[in-house]
Amino acid sequence: MTAAVSGSTTARRRAQRRSVLAALWPMVASLVVFVIVWQLVVFVSGFPPYILPGPLSVGQRFVRAWLDGTMWPNVSATLVEVLLGFALGASVALVAGIALARSRLAERLLSPYLVAAQATPVLALAPLIALWFGTDLPSKLVICTLIVFFPVAVATMVGIRSVDPRLLEMARSFRASSWQTITRVEVPAALPAILGGMRVGVTLSVIGAIVGEWAGADRGLGVLINVARGSLFDIPLMFAALLQLAIIGVVLYLVMLLIERRLVGER
Amino acid sequence: MDPAREPATMTATPSVHAPGAGAGISLNGISLTFRGARTTRVLDTIDLEVRRREVVALIGPNGCGKSTLLRVLAGLIKADGGAVAIDGQPVTGPDPRVGLVFQEPRLLGWRSAESNVRFPMELAGWSRERQEARASDLLGLVGLREYARARPGTLSGGTRQRVSIARALALEPSLLLLDEPFSALDALTRERFNLELLRLWERTGTTIVLVTHSIPEAVFIADRVVVLSPRPARVVADIAVGMPRPRRLVDLDSALVSSLAADVRAHLADTTDDAIAMEEARRAIPAGLTPKDRPARKHAETEPGTPAWFDPFRPEDES
Repeated sequence: MTAAVSGSTTARRRAQRRSVLAALWPMVASLVVFVIVWQLVVFVSGFPPYILPGPLSVGQRFVRAWLDGTMWPNVSATLVEVLLGFALGASVALVAGIALARSRLAERLLSPYLVAAQATPVLALAPLIALWFGTDLPSKLVICTLIVFFPVAVATMVGIRSVDPRLLEMARSFRASSWQTITRVEVPAALPAILGGMRVGVTLSVIGAIVGEWAGADRGLGVLINVARGSLFDIPLMFAALLQLAIIGVVLYLVMLLIERRLVGER
Repeated sequence: MDPAREPATMTATPSVHAPGAGAGISLNGISLTFRGARTTRVLDTIDLEVRRREVVALIGPNGCGKSTLLRVLAGLIKADGGAVAIDGQPVTGPDPRVGLVFQEPRLLGWRSAESNVRFPMELAGWSRERQEARASDLLGLVGLREYARARPGTLSGGTRQRVSIARALALEPSLLLLDEPFSALDALTRERFNLELLRLWERTGTTIVLVTHSIPEAVFIADRVVVLSPRPARVVADIAVGMPRPRRLVDLDSALVSSLAADVRAHLADTTDDAIAMEEARRAIPAGLTPKDRPARKHAETEPGTPAWFDPFRPEDES
């Protein structure tokens, strides 16, 4: 019995790996096509390298930036902002989303501010936040929290609201406390929705970090982009920083997706 | 769920409740009105006494308030008037002495079968070892030891409902309430579940109140069938089922069951607004049952104590 089960799980894992490979190759193919088209555009248009550098020079600059130590301090600074900001924003949003879902009063009190905060572009708020919180980590965390908050809070609220009321009645019949109902029924049941919101949130957190850096910072990929375009006038380096940023965004998104699969996929 | 395994599941289990653990229930003048956009009177001064270890089936037309009455009994809904007591103690809220089985299994999809059975024990703050021991006993009782680690999503509807029954028994309730628990099952599975419920009842010694739509199910399972009127629900008949136990599936075809079913149907027909159904049921009663069944009905009418169909030498495994 157990042997059969473990045998079938290894078989399933093998099948999963095969399906991952099958899912991966179109991505690789599209990446190759993208690079070729990029190179073609450079050839055909004849744009000078300070407008549109070719993929080869960007790639070379990317590798050099990593080797000469330009990239890492900026990458690490931005990563810390993105991850801490996301963790903070998502945590606050989770609590707020639960409160909004469970209390109509909380919803009526908070939702106008929530929507107003979402409607005001973070870009416009960034200088003010930099003024209040300085140009170090705290101002970036505030901006990331603001930008991550909305999608996660709304996803949590919607997710918890749509939990099957019959499950809640079941929990009540076994005398579940409010806390037990939240932690053992509502949040697990709403987890797919919550993680969906977080998947959006983590990519927004990258935007928040860059916006925060533009409003004032001495390190980070946002800073590197500005410096490369401005005082250094090293356009391939700017593209390399953009590439790095895209890689961070994609990796974080995939990590969230993996966590989601891990937690929810088995249902 | 294969029939060959069933005897083993029934013998290999330890006794999970103290004998005679069942509770007596009394409902006194229970009334309930839902107030909303439209005020609806749901329950109208219902009086009902259930003795310890008794099995009572509540039957009534669609939407008459059977399930609501069950929820009042479970302490999930508070009645406007009247009192509910279990073993003389009033029910004021969701009650630890009650185990509730719903129409749908209502399992937590992200937990294994075993973990679903442990859910009430977790809420009650039991130690992990105690939870595991109890869950293992209960899964054995419903014949699902091998499925302990399976997710509800991978189980059949019937198997899920077994898990839900095991969960309802988790905290050793003295009263098991079932709200149309088998209505989503196919007819054959449903019959087998009726039988299993009776075996479970024998092993656990709980009092059982079952809400059902099925007349044969009510008669087969219960000691008493209580017929409720359409909204607002009142008790219109309280029919004793004098069928000996243990009951077997073949009993479903017996004349006693047929005549009791006809009786229940007649009372139900009295309560309905449906003129055709009423007329048909009325015509069925004086004329007796179908010609094939008529002699059998006569047997049933002769001597309630020793029904003609009762055969003590009948082999146990006939069903």
